[in-house]
Amino acid sequence: MTVAGLQALLSHWRRNPWQLFTMIAGLAMATALWSGVQAINAEARASYDRAANALGQGQYAQIVGRDSAPLDQAQYISLRRAGWLVSPIVEGELDLEGERFRLTGIEPLTLPRGADAPAPLELSALAGFIAPNGEILVHPDDAGTLANTDHSFRPDPGQTRGTLTADIGLAQRLLKTDAITMLLVLPDQPLGQPPLSTIDPSLVLVEGQGQGDVARLTESFHLNLTAFGLLSFAVGIFIVYGAIGLAFEQRRPVFRTLRTLGLPLGRLLALLAVELTLFALAAGAIGIALGYIFAAALLPDVAATLRGLYSADVTDTLTLRPAWWLSGLAMALGGTAAAASGAFLRLNRLPLLASTQPRAWAADAQSSHRRMAIIAAFLGLVGALFAAFGSGLLAGFALLACLLIAAALALPLTLDLMLRLGSRLARGAVPQWFWADTRQQLPGLSMALMALLLAMAANIGVSTMVSSFRLTFTGWLDQRLASELYLNTTSPEEAALLTGYLEDKVEAILPIISIDTRIGDLPAEIFGVLDHATYRDNWKLLDAVPLVWDRLAAGDGVLVNEQLSRRENLSVGARLGHDTVLGVYGDYGNPAGQVVLGMDAFHARYPDVAALRYGLRTGVADPKAVADDLRRKFDLPPDALVDQARIKAVSLQVFERTFSVTAALNILTLSVAGFAILISLLTLATMRLPQLAPVWALGLTRARLAALELVRAVCLAAFTGLAAVPLGLGLAWVLLAIVNVQAFGWRLPMYLFPLDYLHLGGLTILAAFLAALWPALRLARTQPDALLKVFSNER
Amino acid sequence: MSARSIFLALAVLPAAALAQGFAGLGTNADGFAIPQPDPQFVFPADHGPHPDFRIEWWYLTANLTGPDGTDYGLQWTLFRSALRAGTGDGWQSPQLWMGHAAVTTPDAHFVTERLARGGIGQAGVIADPFRAWIDDWQLSGASDWSDMTLSASGPSFAYDMTLTAEGPLVLNGADGYSVKSAEGLSSYYYSRPFLDISGTLTLLDRPVPVTGHAWIDREWSSQPLSQAQEGWDWFSLSFETGAHLMGYQMRQTGGSTYTTATWIEADGVATSYPDGAFDARPLDFTTIADRTVPTTWRVMLPERGVDVTVSALNEHAWMTTSIPYWEGPVSVSGSHSGKGYLEMTGYDGD
Repeated sequence: MTVAGLQALLSHWRRNPWQLFTMIAGLAMATALWSGVQAINAEARASYDRAANALGQGQYAQIVGRDSAPLDQAQYISLRRAGWLVSPIVEGELDLEGERFRLTGIEPLTLPRGADAPAPLELSALAGFIAPNGEILVHPDDAGTLANTDHSFRPDPGQTRGTLTADIGLAQRLLKTDAITMLLVLPDQPLGQPPLSTIDPSLVLVEGQGQGDVARLTESFHLNLTAFGLLSFAVGIFIVYGAIGLAFEQRRPVFRTLRTLGLPLGRLLALLAVELTLFALAAGAIGIALGYIFAAALLPDVAATLRGLYSADVTDTLTLRPAWWLSGLAMALGGTAAAASGAFLRLNRLPLLASTQPRAWAADAQSSHRRMAIIAAFLGLVGALFAAFGSGLLAGFALLACLLIAAALALPLTLDLMLRLGSRLARGAVPQWFWADTRQQLPGLSMALMALLLAMAANIGVSTMVSSFRLTFTGWLDQRLASELYLNTTSPEEAALLTGYLEDKVEAILPIISIDTRIGDLPAEIFGVLDHATYRDNWKLLDAVPLVWDRLAAGDGVLVNEQLSRRENLSVGARLGHDTVLGVYGDYGNPAGQVVLGMDAFHARYPDVAALRYGLRTGVADPKAVADDLRRKFDLPPDALVDQARIKAVSLQVFERTFSVTAALNILTLSVAGFAILISLLTLATMRLPQLAPVWALGLTRARLAALELVRAVCLAAFTGLAAVPLGLGLAWVLLAIVNVQAFGWRLPMYLFPLDYLHLGGLTILAAFLAALWPALRLARTQPDALLKVFSNER
Repeated sequence: MSARSIFLALAVLPAAALAQGFAGLGTNADGFAIPQPDPQFVFPADHGPHPDFRIEWWYLTANLTGPDGTDYGLQWTLFRSALRAGTGDGWQSPQLWMGHAAVTTPDAHFVTERLARGGIGQAGVIADPFRAWIDDWQLSGASDWSDMTLSASGPSFAYDMTLTAEGPLVLNGADGYSVKSAEGLSSYYYSRPFLDISGTLTLLDRPVPVTGHAWIDREWSSQPLSQAQEGWDWFSLSFETGAHLMGYQMRQTGGSTYTTATWIEADGVATSYPDGAFDARPLDFTTIADRTVPTTWRVMLPERGVDVTVSALNEHAWMTTSIPYWEGPVSVSGSHSGKGYLEMTGYDGD
């Protein structure tokens, strides 16, 4: 009986391959988007861990020079001799074969165990690693590029692309330095250790963090991706819900027959559960494979983004990690369970000899609309509470989730009201039938329409955010990159020579001078600026005291960027150490805090720091002529002089790549929603014949009926689109004013882009039209006898 | 494999390296100098390092007593291991250093380890005035080792000691040329068994004043191992009569041993004994770190009428260093009574 029962249940799918395809495809797509996003996140996190382990960044406390001055070897030895267990690290950039690599020098004997040598150094390899011309560890993909250099390289998958690890002795030689960048502090220090300040007051101990700075800074980025993945998954699950619900409804006669033949209800439910589990596993596996392809395609962009935004090195090749494919499979199973739970409950309550009326599930649509609206109102309230009292990125996302789900749940009632309005305005029998019939369709389509609403709202919200960001960012670049030329020198001597030469050839030479430091335990930069019209005219301050530039030049205080101002709660007039905050400026795309000092104050405080970079205001002179002259005269390398346009182009490129992932996800989500509509219409079409046959019999041709079907789909999509605009704008507001501030530390002004929304609306209507086209064509070609049969069949 | 164990696999502890199946080192000197018979040591120069040899150590053990009569053991060891023969400046130096320090009480055993590169000043040995150091650990004093100070520290213990010599240096083997196997593998090896020691142990922040007796071993070589040797059991015993006995056996595959011993009279006159004269047999075993280690021994040197039972003060004196071994204080009873130190290497996990 069990086997026969399972065969009977499965035969449904054989007879309805489309439904099977729908369910598998919906679930596979949902899983693909989710596991793809997870794969990207897992890869990025693994990269951070690798970097953190190799350098011990974050994991271990570090000792650095005050104001990031490099340490010399004697300082390392004096610490060790005083009983401080520290391990030296040297870092720098190295040009090899025309490519720039980040070289890290380690000392394998003192390196903390957890931050062990990044490669599985074999027994024979330590001697080879420490040797005067020792092996340099390199990512296998980079090994080919470097094959022709004089050094000996050892391919090591543990390395990040673009990075090299060598013994500290070799690294110092390659970087032409005797210095040490920092010392890692081992976790277990001996008894009786003297305080650091008594050994060397020029050193600073920076406490380790649970995770690296990079992981902290990029956390928000990954949370964003995860949220997007979850949204896509939800949209996909709507499809599965529809398919499972329909299959259950259509199999009512089968269930009834099986039950009357003696199959216990429990066994029937168990068989259905087995069936769904098999489908979920199959669809999950397909989804994970698709997700892998999707992630592999997007990863280079994500890696480039993270590199550009956070200087975080993420490998751009994907590894199959259990973390994400298991989570994908779990999501597929969980999603199926969630989508099927309603159907199971109904089946559980189904009387043995219930009517097999397929429309039964739509009967109490009215009350279910109301129920959903009540839940929506409740969620809206919760969302409002999050908005009012929540703080942090998670609260931002919780608000988003409440907003989206509430809106989706309220959609059927909203559409119902719109359709009721339509029917009231309708004159004549056919229009009245059209509106009434559309209302009748609503329950069957509402899931697909909710999916469409979410997809459109996400699209509007995210595109508004990205476009607002782009507008603000380009405007800000124009302000910030006011100098026509930027000069990079390699030493104070060269700087003096070149600026001396330029003295009377350009209008102004603006030193770009800074040191890296930490404020509140996070990275920060301190800049010195000259008192010059360039800053007064171009820098837009978000908030400032009167005469801010005069006071800054006089050394009255400092300017801070918005990130630092929000992070450390520094508004104008607040104190940062001994300084007064005179103003706050926007600083988009920079993860670090920044402090700006007047040039005199900067020199007084950091007498040893010399400017190596300069902005050149060429004034009336032609920037290109100035650049060419300087290059010829001093035989400068190409990157010694960079023009403004190139920096802007590079910055914008980073920006565009940042959001290419978002754009791809947007399009995918919208496609899934379009697919959901197609599936809903296809499945409804088979059930609609009994409703259409009487209208046909009353004289409406099949072609006319089909055309009306198309109009209906377009109407519903349009109404949904109308509802999606305010929702999308609300979403954009939350993203810009709450999530973005939490994630990046700055708030962006919101701009509206009506043309974009119109374009999207057009696309959606087109998608709905295309989705409805096939069912409509099928209807137009329905044989008259099929319609006639409706009257002869006993229903 | 961690960088630390690689260091060790380069054979600072010969038997331990053997235990790892790293036998090749023992038979091939790779351009390193090789010990020759009839050495003529020159002091204090030979207290300093010999960079042309692959491995070398300055090994101090001490039996101590606290004010309440509690027995303690103390170990301070500096190993030198060369990747290549010779010296070099800064990071280019092929010399690597490792320090082990331990304190054993009847119911606790504290161990810590340090590693360092040569050439940068983090660790090293200077003969005159004598100074052996790694990080903040130090054994230093007069070039003739008559008066020295000793210190070491770890996360849970530290010590600060003063040493005074009471007797002469003792050359082991044939005038300091010590043969380790039937194939003739050898090392230079001398000891300083007569040292008074006093100072303070700090155990988990609790200071304990102690006095006692210390023993220093000096050994250097380039190929101290035979492929057939699995590990060794080394005894340094100080008898109440004032005499001392240094004896060890190299355990060879198949159960045979190669033994060596030096008998030292109370006045410092020493006699070396060839293979077979010294005999050590396990009487009782302890399971530590999944290994079965003999912690009670019957030790015999019939030609001197020695037939004693050697028992560990703390059977769990397991050195949890990069390559683990057993090293701890022992008490001696039987034909002679006294105290001493026992080192056992090459006991593999079961």
